[in-house]
Amino acid sequence: MTADVRSIKTPAEQGLAVAYAAARDKLPGKVTALRDDAFKRFDARGLPHRRVEEWKYTDLRALMRDAKPLAGPAGTKPKGGIPTILTGVDADTIAVVNGRYELAWSDNNAHDPGLTIYELFEFLGKNPDYRLNQAPGSDDTALSLNAAFMSGGVAVRVKGKIEKPVHIAHVFTGEAAAAMYPRVVVIVEPGAQVTLIESFYGPEGLDYQVNSALELTIGEKSHVDHIKVGCDGSAALRISTLGVSVAGKANYSDFAFTLGGAVVRNQTFVRFGGEGTQALLGGASLLKGRQHVDNTLVINHAAGGCVSRERFKSVLDGESHAIFQGKIIVEQHAQKTDAKMMTRALLLSNEAEADNKPELEIFADDVQCGHGATVGALDPGLKFYLMSRGIPDKEAEALLVQAFIDEVLEEVAHKGVRRALMFAALKWLGGR
Amino acid sequence: MSLLEVKNLHVEVEDKKILNGLTLTIEKGQVAAIMGPNGSGKSTLAYVLAGKENYKVTDGDVLLDGESILGMAPDERAAKGLFLAFQYPVEVPGVATMTFLRTALNAQRKHRREPEFSTPDFMKRVRETSAHLGIDAEMLRRAVNVGFSGGEKKRNEILQMAVLEPRLAVLDETDSGLDIDALKIVSEGVNRLRSPQRSMIVITHYQRLLNYIVPDVVHVMAKGKVVKSGGKELALELEATGYAQFSDEAA
Repeated sequence: MTADVRSIKTPAEQGLAVAYAAARDKLPGKVTALRDDAFKRFDARGLPHRRVEEWKYTDLRALMRDAKPLAGPAGTKPKGGIPTILTGVDADTIAVVNGRYELAWSDNNAHDPGLTIYELFEFLGKNPDYRLNQAPGSDDTALSLNAAFMSGGVAVRVKGKIEKPVHIAHVFTGEAAAAMYPRVVVIVEPGAQVTLIESFYGPEGLDYQVNSALELTIGEKSHVDHIKVGCDGSAALRISTLGVSVAGKANYSDFAFTLGGAVVRNQTFVRFGGEGTQALLGGASLLKGRQHVDNTLVINHAAGGCVSRERFKSVLDGESHAIFQGKIIVEQHAQKTDAKMMTRALLLSNEAEADNKPELEIFADDVQCGHGATVGALDPGLKFYLMSRGIPDKEAEALLVQAFIDEVLEEVAHKGVRRALMFAALKWLGGR
Repeated sequence: MSLLEVKNLHVEVEDKKILNGLTLTIEKGQVAAIMGPNGSGKSTLAYVLAGKENYKVTDGDVLLDGESILGMAPDERAAKGLFLAFQYPVEVPGVATMTFLRTALNAQRKHRREPEFSTPDFMKRVRETSAHLGIDAEMLRRAVNVGFSGGEKKRNEILQMAVLEPRLAVLDETDSGLDIDALKIVSEGVNRLRSPQRSMIVITHYQRLLNYIVPDVVHVMAKGKVVKSGGKELALELEATGYAQFSDEAA
């Protein structure tokens, strides 16, 4: 007998159904069939909860209490510009405000001629061959919600070597909590080179919801560094899905830096479709209070001879909770795969919690794969050594935590971004 | 006034009594050797002086310049001029030796309300000393003690001591794990730092080190207290007779 255990809907699930019915015909773009299909899929499953293995530690049914109304228009660009911790980084900024591409907020005059930037639905209209929502991870339930509600976004095509980083700045400007579902498409042509930054900002204290998605197609022999900077407001809930298709002989790095937000889930799905690609996926989370940050990673080695390294670190203060789930799949024909995953959590308080779940699914027989995970407090012997030299308690802790987190921040290739992130980490430590 | 006075010190570690009424006085400029068998409490004394956690003082006091230091955190004691050269120096991943030295020196100076060292003055001070100790620029750039050999770690301790210029240095078994060449380098480093303004407590199990660092006085510890004191000849005497007599005496 199969019992329908999903018959009782949570207020959030009910709210989403009402919101979808009301918004369906008003949402932009000619993608209603895709939206309907995605919402049906979501509705059948409901919000993912702890009995869904992929969402074991981030029980969205419990964490997402209600559905928020869709965010309204952007308004005018603030005088001080778009908020950012990336001061001193000269980038081409593409603003996605309240879930929609805002030309007026973006640097559109002087961007690199190798970049072609379109509003998402304009891009889809001009490129009927582009298969939206087919990136790795497209079956995910949270992504289905994004597909159903896609409020707008941007599509960027990258040709040749782009000197300045491209910064897609997601900003929420509302004065009341709202929901937004931006979708970004980035296509990196073969042989191109780009540093792509995504950042997330919103007001403190508002329990707004962001469900964002980035579809990233990386062509052969191209070089892509993607850095995600999470500086959401203290009460925000953000789910960001990243689906990456990587062709052969490419060089791809990804880094997720998370400081803000009440509940954040960065879920990354990568598929290596061609041989000889090198990838480095990393992340650093600095958490305090009751923050909950989940970095979930599924790396599919679908082609042989690719090297992937996964290195994630988190520092946890207060009653914060960090989750790392990393799954490496090596398909049967993906021989000579070299994949190594490491995750480390540093607990600065007795009430903080870190969960690490590394998984390897290996179907090939000539591979090198491994993983390691550690969770621990600061070594009191180490701290005593520093203090015995005259370094005060808090300063000694800060020095040790900084050393811990810098080890992964050093892997951010772009010097300006790396420095800005290190400075942000230092500031975080100073504010403890 | 004596620089350091340890008065009737009783210390427990994890409910085990290690020091049993230890009394010891160190004068300004004095180099005192503390010898004794394993388990006599020598390293415990070193850690209690430096302020390590979980060393519980149940009775007695430790006075530096006549002021009790037992309520002070390790960094405050360091700022007052106390330095412990560790028997097993700790590896500090991710913190470059140079950064570590500068942070420590400036933290101490800040505590003493002295101006911070300028970078050129600081570099000069480090370079001079590191050259004597055979520590090259590459080692200074590396993370503190990470991947250092036993001898390099001990030399790094002496470098720190030279840079921080303590008034009382406690050398905890600085000779352990050193071959004869390294022992000479380290001892010369220590001897260069001898001055009327600086006292030292040289803790060692063997007399060998005292051939190189010649003490003004020798104290023998057994079962958590000082059982005999004398001049440098006491060390030679011990080399001949061993520690057995003191174990019996204290028992």
